[in-house]
Amino acid sequence: MADVNRGNRPLSPFMIGQYYRPQITSVSSIMVRITGIALLCLSILPVAWLLAASGSGSAFAGWDGFLRSWFGYLIMLGALWAMFYHLLGRLRHVIWDLGYGLDLEISRKMGMGMFVLATVLTVLVVLGFLIF
Amino acid sequence: MKYMTDRKRAQGLGSARGGTQHHWHMMVSSIALVIVLPVFIITFGIGLGGSHEEVMAYYSRPFPALVMAITLLVVVNHTMNEAVEAVEDYVHGTAQKLALVAVRCFAYLLILVGLFAVARLAL
Repeated sequence: MADVNRGNRPLSPFMIGQYYRPQITSVSSIMVRITGIALLCLSILPVAWLLAASGSGSAFAGWDGFLRSWFGYLIMLGALWAMFYHLLGRLRHVIWDLGYGLDLEISRKMGMGMFVLATVLTVLVVLGFLIF
Repeated sequence: MKYMTDRKRAQGLGSARGGTQHHWHMMVSSIALVIVLPVFIITFGIGLGGSHEEVMAYYSRPFPALVMAITLLVVVNHTMNEAVEAVEDYVHGTAQKLALVAVRCFAYLLILVGLFAVARLAL
């Protein structure tokens, strides 16, 4: 039986920093996590807006005014992009988990595709709301 | 000489002690959200921008109210699991335990407040 070595084993280095060059596969994956956590925090916005809407007129006016200010729209634009990006990222995980698209070339293409497609979808939705 | 197989000695020593349930939950909610999120974006986009009376009338209709409730439940649950995973990866010891409690309390509070508001508007 092989010797048991419990103390002196090499550790895998932390992914971010000097050890690994940023690659589209790692950057696109880290962005999925960041957008996910950002979306959890940003869920406050619609919840607060709804709570205000269910309450008095002055509370609603305050929150609605904030959401529809240029700053509110900027946050919502970011949230929209994050939603699409995260959705595509998770879809990539589903594709991987089903056993497809695991080779490096397709993974790279999917990584780039997530940034491009999320941006395209965001622009389409904004245009859609501006037109209709 | 230990009378254990290599597999038995390795069992449970990995960084992940569990995860099948988490993984499956993420699969299910990911696929569900591919349908839910676009519907939410459209209904919320239509709802936003009206006067207080218009918004109250809009969310007293069953479809926008249900979409909002479903989205809140699934999105916050899904992203909570995401945040829990991040905490388990990067925070350890007592700080990890406290961070996990904070993340879950925050997420469940969001869901509850949101559902309360939807119920108040819709009913």
